[in-house]
Amino acid sequence: MLARLRSNRTLLIMCLPAIAFFVVFAYLPMPGAYMAFIQFNYSDGIFGSKFVGLDNFRFLVLTGDLWRLTFNTIAYNIAFILFGNVMQILVAVLMNELRLKWFRKVSQTLMFLPYFISVVLIGLIAYNILSYDFGLLNSVLRSLDIEPVKTYSDPTIWPFIIVLTFLWQSTGYGSIIYFAAIMGLDSEVVEASEIDGANAFQRIYYIILPWLKPTFIILLLFSLGGILKGNFGLIYNLVGANNSALYPTTDIIETFVFRALMTNFNFSQGSAVGLYQSVFGFGIVMLANWLVRKISPENSLF
Amino acid sequence: MDNALETRMDAGLESRSIRTDASGRFIRGFGYIVIGLFALFSLLPFLLVLGTSFTAESAIRQYGFNLIPRVFSTFAYEIVFENPQRIVGSFILTIGLVVVGTAIGLFIIAMTGYALQRPDFAYRNKISFFIYFTTLFSGGLVPFYLLITQYLQLKDNYMAVLLPGLLSPFLIIMMKSFVRSIPHAITESAKIDGAGDFTIFVRLILPMTTPALATIGLFLAISYWNEWYHSMLFLSADMEYRPLQYFLYQTITTADFIRNSAAASNVPLRDVPLESMKMATAVVATLPVIFFYPFVQRYFIKGITIGAVKG
Repeated sequence: MLARLRSNRTLLIMCLPAIAFFVVFAYLPMPGAYMAFIQFNYSDGIFGSKFVGLDNFRFLVLTGDLWRLTFNTIAYNIAFILFGNVMQILVAVLMNELRLKWFRKVSQTLMFLPYFISVVLIGLIAYNILSYDFGLLNSVLRSLDIEPVKTYSDPTIWPFIIVLTFLWQSTGYGSIIYFAAIMGLDSEVVEASEIDGANAFQRIYYIILPWLKPTFIILLLFSLGGILKGNFGLIYNLVGANNSALYPTTDIIETFVFRALMTNFNFSQGSAVGLYQSVFGFGIVMLANWLVRKISPENSLF
Repeated sequence: MDNALETRMDAGLESRSIRTDASGRFIRGFGYIVIGLFALFSLLPFLLVLGTSFTAESAIRQYGFNLIPRVFSTFAYEIVFENPQRIVGSFILTIGLVVVGTAIGLFIIAMTGYALQRPDFAYRNKISFFIYFTTLFSGGLVPFYLLITQYLQLKDNYMAVLLPGLLSPFLIIMMKSFVRSIPHAITESAKIDGAGDFTIFVRLILPMTTPALATIGLFLAISYWNEWYHSMLFLSADMEYRPLQYFLYQTITTADFIRNSAAASNVPLRDVPLESMKMATAVVATLPVIFFYPFVQRYFIKGITIGAVKG
């Protein structure tokens, strides 16, 4: 035991900064999840506050908040995963058909760009297009004599806005994985199919798409593991901090917890939703990983 | 991604001789249209922000936001830079966070990634799982917030922005994948020559992993440059200097900065170019990224393809 420690001493010391980091920023807060079971108030502190058992959860269920948050979070993620992967595959497959190298380089660079700017700027861009008074969308509608849309008070249009913005932001970036997978396809297979007389559609349908299937399944399962984790940055910056008119269709777990913490100071309710997300998220990752291990063991996480 | 694959991606498909029958021409034409449009729509919103920042406020109020300024004006920039100390201070602060955070984070990530990839390291699986577990389960935002503000007393301290962004399990795993391609025999022969583990890491491994370091360093740098979340949680709105994206966020949402700068430059409140100043601030906060981005893009591509599946 000691000998083992000694021979590994330097490597262990090299890992210490990272271990200390995760202890402080990830493990120390974990016992704080206990706050979900108390009626937290500042003066009594965490362990002096009254223990209320599952009351915080009961309240969230009775108000319907928990159901709405869960539904919105999952629905957005499903839309992101589904439309995201379809667009990424489409872009990668079409990119693969292009012959002009400069065209491919330039368009790839441009499609990549939205991924690297801050979500704050994405929020501003959306405002540029959607603002009721000055937005490009309503300018166009007005010039066509169509009634302008009250964008920031109409909750029904936001699922479209949020999903479209997500696709705009991440399709270029995500398509790289599929494009790299297509590049890994043996060119002899493609050539053989041509000799056999396959046309371009057949080549894509019978060779390229099936070749991408394992990548798709793995990416799908990984994203399913995170299906309870909302895209806080995007939604918060698009919708704005306190636009309660849009909550029915835009409020997700993260935005609710953030509000509980920063505006309502209801720490116990925030913790309760956070713990619910962690526990169920954990279960879903386990399930997803179990599926990965069945389908392709070398890709499983543990 | 190995080098051969990268070369193939770079060379594109010129090597592939695909006959151009009608269906091939159709798909290709369709591809040029779809990809071209997508690329165009990726760019246009940026031009919209840029165009609006150079538009006179009166024209915005009359015609709305426009790609091409109806009435050209640099007034918004003049006011933003009339009292430059706040925005310049935020700029310097952000550069400082990027440099310090990337340097420290990269060193720790590389060191950890190497140690955890060493087959002869007895605790590698335990420590790997210890790190990985943090992506599976967390205490949630509220306990994290209380930890930083109450227990570590880092409210209104730039450390609250710098420290949580240093490492991520994702980047450590990415480093491990990069290191895996270096033969263990190199480490072994250096050990036989009497070199210590840390010396091997610094003298031998670091120089061999420069592409990996570039990729991971860029991921860190871009995340510090775009940082607004921890700033919003832990830094008060009235702090003199704030990280640039948080500064931009507040300029957009509260317009405090705009009113202050207008007051400082003796512009009556009703003449303040509110909308174009938001855009001008955004341009200033984003330009450095757009400027550097074409040069570093290929490192991100490398990182995505390696980090993707084991993410």
